[in-house]
Amino acid sequence: MRVVRLTSEVDFAGWRSAARVLRTEGVEPHAVVWTVERDLFSPPPGDGVDGVDAPRSTSASQGEKAFTVPAAFLELAEQVILHRAADRFSLLYRILWRLEHTPHLIENPADPDMARARDMAKAVSRAAHKMKAFVRFRLIEGAAKETYAAWFEPAHRVTEATAPFFARRFSNMDWTILTPDACVAWDGERLMVSEGADPADAPSEDAQEELWRTYYASIFNPARLNPRQMRQEMPKRYWRNLPEAALIPALMEAAETRAAAMVRTPPRPPSDRVLKAAQRHARDASFGGGTPTTLEAVEAGVSVCRRCELWRDATQGVPGAGPSNSPLMFVGEQPGDQEDLAGSPFVGPAGQLFDRALAEAGVPRERVYVTNAVKHFKHEARGKRRLHKTPAQGEVNACRWWLDAERRLVRPRVIVMLGATAAFSVMGQPTRVAEARGQILPLPDQAQGLVTFHPAYLLRLPDPAARLTAYLTFVEDLRRAGELSGLA
Amino acid sequence: MAVLDLRRKLAILSDAAKYDASCASSGATKRNSLDGKGVGSTEGMGICHAYAPDGRCISLLKILLTNFCIYDCAYCINRVSSNTPRARFTVKEVVDLTLNFYKRNYIEGLFLSSGVIRTGDYTMEEMVRVAKSLRLDHDFRGYIHLKLIPEASPELAAEAGLYADRVSINIELPRDDSLKTLAPEKDPTDIKRAMGRMRLAIDDHAEPARKAQRRTFARSQSTQLIVGADEARDGDILARSANLYGAYRLSRVYYSAFSPIPDASHRLPLVRPPLLREHRLYQADWLMRFYGFAQSEIVATGEDLDLSIDPKTGWALKNRAQFPVDVQTADRDTLLRVPGLGAKAVERVLAARRVTRLTLEDLKRVGAVLKRARAFVVTADWTPGALTDQESLKSALVRPQQLSLF
Repeated sequence: MRVVRLTSEVDFAGWRSAARVLRTEGVEPHAVVWTVERDLFSPPPGDGVDGVDAPRSTSASQGEKAFTVPAAFLELAEQVILHRAADRFSLLYRILWRLEHTPHLIENPADPDMARARDMAKAVSRAAHKMKAFVRFRLIEGAAKETYAAWFEPAHRVTEATAPFFARRFSNMDWTILTPDACVAWDGERLMVSEGADPADAPSEDAQEELWRTYYASIFNPARLNPRQMRQEMPKRYWRNLPEAALIPALMEAAETRAAAMVRTPPRPPSDRVLKAAQRHARDASFGGGTPTTLEAVEAGVSVCRRCELWRDATQGVPGAGPSNSPLMFVGEQPGDQEDLAGSPFVGPAGQLFDRALAEAGVPRERVYVTNAVKHFKHEARGKRRLHKTPAQGEVNACRWWLDAERRLVRPRVIVMLGATAAFSVMGQPTRVAEARGQILPLPDQAQGLVTFHPAYLLRLPDPAARLTAYLTFVEDLRRAGELSGLA
Repeated sequence: MAVLDLRRKLAILSDAAKYDASCASSGATKRNSLDGKGVGSTEGMGICHAYAPDGRCISLLKILLTNFCIYDCAYCINRVSSNTPRARFTVKEVVDLTLNFYKRNYIEGLFLSSGVIRTGDYTMEEMVRVAKSLRLDHDFRGYIHLKLIPEASPELAAEAGLYADRVSINIELPRDDSLKTLAPEKDPTDIKRAMGRMRLAIDDHAEPARKAQRRTFARSQSTQLIVGADEARDGDILARSANLYGAYRLSRVYYSAFSPIPDASHRLPLVRPPLLREHRLYQADWLMRFYGFAQSEIVATGEDLDLSIDPKTGWALKNRAQFPVDVQTADRDTLLRVPGLGAKAVERVLAARRVTRLTLEDLKRVGAVLKRARAFVVTADWTPGALTDQESLKSALVRPQQLSLF
């Protein structure tokens, strides 16, 4: 039997050195006893037991055969050693021992030893998390510099490991956290660790606690009483050091009555004072249904339009944009994701391609009017994305009211229809882009129509050569439209 | 009007804030105070500093700047026609409370909302002043969540984004038509527009080029839907969520069971809050976000979830032909659809099966809930045989204690 004496309950370096020696010497896990040196007078090991004093250095001493372990094991061991279970040292040594013949052990979360170690590491990490949550500092009255102290009882021995968190968070105040295992203190520059302490060493109150308790009591909703959930997340073992926990029994007891009273009490009529105030602030009525006579009226109308169902899932109606007397109007299909969010037409990827083509065609972008056949974004939700859907004929018909108003008000000389939906909307009948593209079509309102590709179609073409050809045709169509309208 | 002391104000303005379910303090940029003058840090993971007896976490100081409000939303305790006691904090009072609480480690930061006073812009300006003072005057590096007033100007919303880690706008009602009836002054389009602008701003600041300039900006936005105040079915609610996640990349949609409030409006049902329904909606929401389910697979629009069983098990029972699944060979997407297997357990199954033939006992050790999983899986030592197709399977899987929740 071999006995290993570690210097403290959290002596990871000592455990690691001793374990390295033991495994090198081939000492089997069941032949090792792990103990922690409590004081100078602890009894010496009995007869027939060889002591192994943990070497203080972490590097392998001479004569030891070096061996390697997966980095994941060391990370796990550093956590597990902070657990309060007495058998943690031997569990870790057993895993280390088994790693020699089962190198994949560390990757098997279903192995019983690994599962136990993982559970212990999880409990330690939870204890550290709860320490970050439940430490309650109290101001030390009369100290020259703003100084705080807290008494805390962690579920596992996580005080030293968690101290850096408090240093990062409360860097510019002096503080001490006292626990039964160890105390940590911060002076604005360094962390200091000392022996465990006693609750009496910490201040017993803080003036802010009255406000904190007020907040705790008020934020609680008695109609949702669920003490099981509360205890699961805030176990009772922490309550005695939480100033707000003293309120829990009374809050729970009164909850039923308070909730029942809310349900029973009939509503009272509102006071005149507030109603008058409300009337003062009453909003203007929303846009009426008459035919719009200005582009501003079109914009207002589009934003409250309910002529079809597309408004429901869209962010907003996107009206056209451009000079109100432009000789050249471009009609696209509908706003896309970016247009829907921004509230402006032709700002997404297709819009950018359109801008580029227009510049190459020599048409000044700021002098054309751009709009869409359908003013709301039709799409399908797919997780964090929205997929474009082609609007149905009924939706295009419903929205023609707005496009017609824009055509009437802007009176362009040339209308370019980008894609089939635009062509259907402007001409009122299904039109194939492949057949109608490039022809000059007289429109009833004296304007000349021209059908071409939608820029999004160009973006979708998979073959680069075909894409280039289509793009050049597109630029050529734009140039023609520019010339016809007198803009290029 | 009598001058209220700070404690009384705090009581009124935190009571008024408790119907907002949002509590997260996660997802902020990592930072600490080592190179600063003030206090505060955020390290990615949120921290819940206390739990109230309703089981909800207390992470942030969640308060209203004021509960005076010119709106008359029927479901809200702060609506203009309610006789609830009113109070208003000064900017300095909120700043001091936040710092005092933070230094004592009671909170992760501030969640500031407000009733609308005078105008949306005026209210938003006051809220931005609080956040600005915390950040600039006190170098506060803890978490700040600001509620946006949808009618406030885009410039103010953008300024809020400079100081907040998260912003949110509550849609509250899953259906636009009920918003019209129950919250006549709120305009769904205003809300959606403000969310759209915020997503563009958040995306823009997350661009690698912008990041290099080290301008901090809010990282995320969220919203809340009230459950049970209108006629919306669970399918409608989840369809709305799917729409919101897709359109505005929300980090969370919170569901808040409509809870009786003091001095309630006669237009709303005064019943116990539908907590079990809320719970099932959260489960379904998780299935959409982390388990690859589409809303229509979970529950159709216009229909309700089955309250007696979790939605994943419910789906599996209706799609038994796809089971049992061999945990040794099935791909990740398929494993994620197995009842009783959570996302973590699936990752562990994928790791473990590279080195071992998984048994039922192994499944249990990696964190699976066997009671729900066993009818749907094949392992090295187990095959469910006729169990998967047994008619009584559902009643065996319904956990009676879940029905005791109300």
